Amino acid sequence: MDKVELSISPFKCASINPSINTSNTRKQRERSGNNKYRLTSPAVSAHHAFSIHFARTYRMNTLLQVLLEIQETFLLATRALVRIIRRPAYFAEILTQIDRIGVGSLSIILLTGFFTGGVLTLQTVPTLKSFGTQSVTGQLIALSLVRELGPVLSALMVTARVGSAISAELGAMSVSQQIDAMRALGTDPIRKLVAPRLIALLISLPLLTVLADIIGIMGGWIVAVSLFQQDSSTFLNSVRNGITGDDVIGGVIKPIVFGFLICAISCRQGLTTEGGTVGVGLSTTRAVVLSAIMVIISDFFLAKALQVVLNVPT
Amino acid sequence: MVSTDFELQSASESASAETANATVSDAAADSTFAEVDDRSRTVPAIEFRDVHLTFGERVILGGISFVVQKGETKIILGGSGTGKSTLIKIILGLLKPDSGRVLVDGEDITDYTEEQMMSVRHKIGMIFQEGALFDSLSVYDNVAYRLHEQNVDEAQVEEEVRRMLRFVNLEDAIEKMPIELSGGMRRRVGIARALVGAPSVILFDEPTAGLDPPTARTICELAIKLRDLEDVSSIFVTHEMNNLTYLTGEYAVVDDSGEVILEQEGEKLCLINTKIMMLRDGEIIFSGTDELLRKSDDRYIQTFIHGK
Ligand SMILES: Nc1ncnc2c1ncn2[C@@H]1O[C@H](COP(=O)(O)OP(=O)(O)O)[C@@H](O)[C@H]1O
Ligand SMILES: [Mg+2]
Repeated sequence: MDKVELSISPFKCASINPSINTSNTRKQRERSGNNKYRLTSPAVSAHHAFSIHFARTYRMNTLLQVLLEIQETFLLATRALVRIIRRPAYFAEILTQIDRIGVGSLSIILLTGFFTGGVLTLQTVPTLKSFGTQSVTGQLIALSLVRELGPVLSALMVTARVGSAISAELGAMSVSQQIDAMRALGTDPIRKLVAPRLIALLISLPLLTVLADIIGIMGGWIVAVSLFQQDSSTFLNSVRNGITGDDVIGGVIKPIVFGFLICAISCRQGLTTEGGTVGVGLSTTRAVVLSAIMVIISDFFLAKALQVVLNVPT
Repeated sequence: MVSTDFELQSASESASAETANATVSDAAADSTFAEVDDRSRTVPAIEFRDVHLTFGERVILGGISFVVQKGETKIILGGSGTGKSTLIKIILGLLKPDSGRVLVDGEDITDYTEEQMMSVRHKIGMIFQEGALFDSLSVYDNVAYRLHEQNVDEAQVEEEVRRMLRFVNLEDAIEKMPIELSGGMRRRVGIARALVGAPSVILFDEPTAGLDPPTARTICELAIKLRDLEDVSSIFVTHEMNNLTYLTGEYAVVDDSGEVILEQEGEKLCLINTKIMMLRDGEIIFSGTDELLRKSDDRYIQTFIHGK
């Protein structure tokens, strides 16, 4: 499937994507004479569960559909970034979103981090003890948290709390024609709705992750000291010796990527919601499931990429 | 941008679009417009040229052509699901047709990008079928939406919002949230929001559906006033016959004391600025004045008018 075919886009409607309505793509579409690869626009609410109808009418190649979905999701988020950078606006909106997304998620992130660090210590110390290497408890806890558990668990918690809220809110706006109304009143929903959420997530998630790491290490330290009577300074020294600058860099790059994914997927699902309240439920489920899966899958590849980029000995 | 021969062409097209049975009134309309000095008034506010749209395999619009002149109100009748809302969304560029041309103020918007559409949309006010108010914003912020987006000075915004809410008779509701409003109030806030910025074209999508008769009447009166006093071109989608009676039978004038009053169309005056168009199965099955509609011997139209 070549690039041109993919960009004969899935959009039936005037999508928010300017590239799609260029006469060029229109012509290609008309020339190829088919209506095959078209879905509805991200911002146009429909009265029908169009995709069902669509799938029934045209047996579209599933793989192609998946590729299109990925392309559109990615485009949506990049467009949001480009537009807000080119003509910055909606500072108040960005602050509101940071408050809702970042500050609002603080408590669940801290709880998750604390107990993850705690349980990690609880489960590993006996094993380390059997090898006589309990002096490295701190290092083990810190590395696990900073490299993997902190970023991934924070991203999953934010998916559950924020991704679902974004897609439900945008979905409800789509089905009640508020997105259409916004466009009719001359506002670009990508700039107004997607961009502030994206920026808020890109700022908040790395900060939340760092906090989760710190609290997690604290949780581990408390368990080590109180339940396993380890020496407090041994633990802390082990932590300090264990993590390198590279680990910290990797631990911050990951949440930035995760934040991008969560926001792109949730906004895309929300804006393409169709079919009334049932549709809102469906798109919210899809947003959470897709975001969570994408976080975990991309974590693997990010880990590998970071090992290569940062020259971590393997 | 708009050439003279284009104007001629569109004028002739409007005559032919309004089929044989409507020629008399159309000639009258054309002669009226010919006498108006301002040439720009002969450019139609909205024009559809053979617009097609299908969803999947369903043909929603199968070659629709029509013209809405400046200052004219076009009432669109048609059962549910005949594509009335779809047609309106095409004017706003929220949907794009498969083929055909759409012109707003003589400007061909068919291939406009979303960014280009934004400037066209500033000329158009849209009243959505269910109001489509922003739930998260108060009535004030809803009505002020367009002005806030344009960073207008707050004092000016407040003045304009109050003026608009007064126009729809809802000034007391200014602090309320949409959730606290009744259906009729929501609809009227929607109208106020659409009127901000004095758009020259207003699209009403079933503005009276589901409202009690007095409220529905109020909304029709608003549309009449906009048509006759503010010189707004509009499309008024409805399937309620009493709306049609109001809009085609009454006109608004300002009396000696400066009050706006509605008068009945009578012997001496016949409204020519309100036309009716009826859609069925993606086709225009009727286009003309209300008198012709009522006289039509088409069975479907008669059933539509009388409900049996
Ligand atoms: N985005 C869409 N995808 C598929 N079908 C649609 C879409 N929007 C509208 N339709 C269908 O098009 C037809 C016309 O809809 P609409 O214009 O809302 O009718 P109405 O005249 O009642 O306003 C309906 O049958 C509706 O189901
Ligand atoms: Mg409708």
